[in-house]
Amino acid sequence: MNPSMRAVGWLLAFAVVVAGAVPWFLWGNSQLIGGLPLWLWWHIGWMIVATAVFAAFTRHGWDRYLGGIDG
Amino acid sequence: MAGIDIWEVSMAETTLLSGGGLSTAATSVELLVVVGYLLVALLVGLVAYRLTGTDAEDYYLASRSLGTLVLLFTTFATLLSAFTFFAGPNLAYRQGPEWILVMGTMDGILFAILWYLIGYKQWLIGQQHGYVTLPEMLGDRFGSTWLRGLVAGVSLFWLFPYVMLQQMGAGEALVGLTDGTVPYWGGAALITVFMILYVGLAGMRGVAWTDTIQGLFMLSVIWIAVAWVLSAIGGPTVAAAGLDANNPTFLALGSSFYTPAYIISTAVVIAFGVTMFPQINQRFFVAESAAVLKRSFTLWPVLVLLLFVPAFLLGTWAAGLGVSVPEGANVLPVLLGEYTPAWFAALVIAGAMAAMMSSSDSMLLSGSSYFTRDLYRPFVEPAVTADREAWLARGGVVAFATATFLASLTRPGTLIQVGSTAFGGFAQLTLPVMVALYWPKTTRVGMLTGISGSQLLYLSHVFVPTVPVDIGGATISLFARTYGGWDVALAGMMLGAALTISVSWLTTAGTDEAAERFAVGAD
Repeated sequence: MNPSMRAVGWLLAFAVVVAGAVPWFLWGNSQLIGGLPLWLWWHIGWMIVATAVFAAFTRHGWDRYLGGIDG
Repeated sequence: MAGIDIWEVSMAETTLLSGGGLSTAATSVELLVVVGYLLVALLVGLVAYRLTGTDAEDYYLASRSLGTLVLLFTTFATLLSAFTFFAGPNLAYRQGPEWILVMGTMDGILFAILWYLIGYKQWLIGQQHGYVTLPEMLGDRFGSTWLRGLVAGVSLFWLFPYVMLQQMGAGEALVGLTDGTVPYWGGAALITVFMILYVGLAGMRGVAWTDTIQGLFMLSVIWIAVAWVLSAIGGPTVAAAGLDANNPTFLALGSSFYTPAYIISTAVVIAFGVTMFPQINQRFFVAESAAVLKRSFTLWPVLVLLLFVPAFLLGTWAAGLGVSVPEGANVLPVLLGEYTPAWFAALVIAGAMAAMMSSSDSMLLSGSSYFTRDLYRPFVEPAVTADREAWLARGGVVAFATATFLASLTRPGTLIQVGSTAFGGFAQLTLPVMVALYWPKTTRVGMLTGISGSQLLYLSHVFVPTVPVDIGGATISLFARTYGGWDVALAGMMLGAALTISVSWLTTAGTDEAAERFAVGAD
């Protein structure tokens, strides 16, 4: 993958992580699963996805954009 | 924002406890728990003191040697304060659990991204040039003592009411705890003296160590509370059934309170504001390695999730269970008082006190470094020795804490408003700083204009009374805190960025401006 496409990819990934933290598509929805609202489960799952994206970024993107000292 | 909630916390405890909510025996248990905590914190501070050098870099930054766990928790504890234990559950109790989304998005995601964009960049620059504070870094890059002083002054201005409100909260909490045996001023003074002693002795290393203890303590206590309450009521399904009966709108996402404009403005303003809080921003310089910053960044959303979900769900469930909270009181102690033993409810209050202490310690420490390094040294005594500066820093802590303590005795209502807007005030600094970090053509004049312009816009909306104006038949409230549901702090942030960029574009950098200072690694 060329560097600029990779940068755009990370930018998109972060934009999606931010936008999806609040499940806008479930606005007004009150469905329950195990006593908790579905939208809360989405948020919990999304935060775990965010951690996975952040972990991948620290391995493959972090040093590329701002540089590193000790890797 | 948090300022108001801390005020509510303190008022609430007074009301709750002086109203005979807990017995005398329980009150002395609470006092024992809190005093026990303070003693442990002092012990940790003394141990850290033995390991502390007298130079400024060690005092403020623990010689840039904090590991992942300690860095993560010292940032975490400072950020949260009583906000998580009392204010968040209160809001969830009154308005529904969407506060989890606001805080999760703000803290778990936006702040994490800024942690990389601002925090890591500052860390890299700090490693190369040895900066201790944000104003120092900016002043050096732009060759401007005035810029340095302006950023330090603005930061201390917004910090003052925030520290003061912590003292008011702590003072009121002790009144409530001892049922008035310790008067308000006595409680506030005791806490002030303890903070001065503690921060003065230990510096960043000691504060960071107790923050870690407090962070772990808060996480454990809140999960035990959830388990206890859930087993007492019969599980989350029962709690949800109660909500469905009492507050059917709570379970649906969104409400007339939680509008998209509210959710987005609150999350954005707090996340951006938090990065410029002196005690948070200074932590961007203290990691011992890039690996520590990376691990903290990755763990951040999970840590946030672990704390916010249980804390705010407890508040939400209380609404469904029909727990009635007296005017101005906090839902969490009331809920715990009903479903858990008194000693456990006491532990949670001790946790909240601990959080307020932790915030105050960090604020005093960072505030004093802004004062000595960015105001005293450049403007009063440039040739100050390192040893004298370390002592000045301690003097600065005493002076600042005493001033906020005296101000806290007057308890003026308007300062609560100022405290609640502190996040917005700090958020005005963020975009100009980001422009400076990433755009080499940024000029000194651009920075001075961007920062002053956005501060003036925001200050006018905080202090000038609202003026209704007729424009084409429609009435618009000028100087209101929100326009169409959007926080005015967002407009200030935009203005700051626009001014910084456009004025930098129109002006030429002076010969003493050193853009290459911010060039790091891959640049």
